[in-house]
Formats: sequence, C-alpha cells, structure tokens
Amino acid sequence: MRHAIVHRPIDVAALLAEVTAPGNGAEACFVGTVREHNEGRAVTGIDYDAYGDMAEAELGRIVREAAARYGTTGVVVEHRLGTLAVGEASVAIAVGHARRAPALDAVRFVIEELKRRVPIWKREHYADGTRAWVEATTSAAAVGAELAHDDDAAEGDDP
Amino acid sequence: MPLLDVLLFASYAEAFGAPTVAVEVPDDATVADLVAALRTHPVGGATLPARPLVAVDRAYAAAGDPVLGRGEVALIPPVAGG
Repeated sequence: MRHAIVHRPIDVAALLAEVTAPGNGAEACFVGTVREHNEGRAVTGIDYDAYGDMAEAELGRIVREAAARYGTTGVVVEHRLGTLAVGEASVAIAVGHARRAPALDAVRFVIEELKRRVPIWKREHYADGTRAWVEATTSAAAVGAELAHDDDAAEGDDP
Repeated sequence: MPLLDVLLFASYAEAFGAPTVAVEVPDDATVADLVAALRTHPVGGATLPARPLVAVDRAYAAAGDPVLGRGEVALIPPVAGG
C-alpha cells in the first residue's frame, strides 16, 4: 500500500509494476487525465491545488479502507499537483489482486472516494485566457455531515 | 473571546482575499459557531455556501464538534480532485 501527492509527472508503468506479484491474477489501473473541454468550454490546462497535509491523510485513509474492503495490500495511488497540460495524468491508481473483479472494484472505490473526500481543487484555464475554480458536482451541504461521520468510522472499518 | 486562525483554500482563499483568516469565537466554539463567525467577515463572509465543510486536525468535522485546542482548523471548498 502506498499513497502520494506528487509535483512531477506520474509514471503509470511504475505504479503497475509496484502492485504486480506472482500470486496475482489481475492488475487493474485507472488514469485520470486533463480533458480539452469541460461544460462546453475549450480547456488548455488545469492548476491542481490541495490542502497538502490533509490530502495525504485522507488518501491514506482511502487506501487502507480499499485494502481492508477488497482483501489486498497491493493498492497504490498518486495524485499530481501543479499546472498540467491537456492529456497529462493528474491521478493514477493501481491494484493487484488474485481475482479481476475485486481488483477492478478496488480501483473504482479509490477514485470515487478520492473525488468525494480528498481536499484537492482544480482551476481550469480556458482558450479565451480566463481561469475559474471548478465547482464539484455534489454540493458541500449534501456531503458535509456524511463526511464527518465517515471519518469517525474510518479507522478499522470492515467491509 | 479567543481568536482562531482558519486556513482557506482555492475559491475560499480568493473570496476572503487571503490564505488564512482570524476570527473571534466563543470559548466553547463548535464548527457551527465558527461558520457563523466567518459569515460575518466583511470580505468573503457572505459568499459562503449554506453548510461549508470544516476540517479539524486534518479530518472532516461535524457541526457540533469543538474547534479550539484540537489542532489546525480549515475551511474546505467543495473538492474537485481527480
């Protein structure tokens, strides 16, 4: 298990190699990349900013939850910060497992929880030269109380 | 009343015009009290959503949780990682 907030390009092959083991029947991977459009606007790049210490802590909690829930220690995730160009990877997750279904499910769990809980923000650069912070699709009010409860129960949580 | 330093990020830092803000809160202040105090801040206070997320000691806190003497306090804009 490993998690990191990084300020350099993500080496996806290295993440996959890290979770590869002879007992595995599957290594699953997700890579999130900067898209050239959002909500109908042309995007030229994205600044990723974070509450670094908390983002590290929250990512660690998510990785431990995934390991416990899906029964593998082969879980690694890196999220990159800074200014990224279209096509660059902002996040990568790799999971190794004896079976493909839990490998795929664990990857999905980590990216969904990351997007819901980890304090990272993005500011899009548009083709017209303007920039704007991206609003999350779910409102803070809707997830606030739930997140506080999640954290109370996060340590030692079972499937 | 004690002064509490609150970390701000992204759109909130822009709205308040600074990466931290100091607010006066009651001695037994909870997350809800802190948010009420932040709302009265002349710059940016009025722009906060109905129930902004607050983190205490690097974990999300509930409305009734105390905020003093428990470590770093931060106001968390809607997250958008990935």
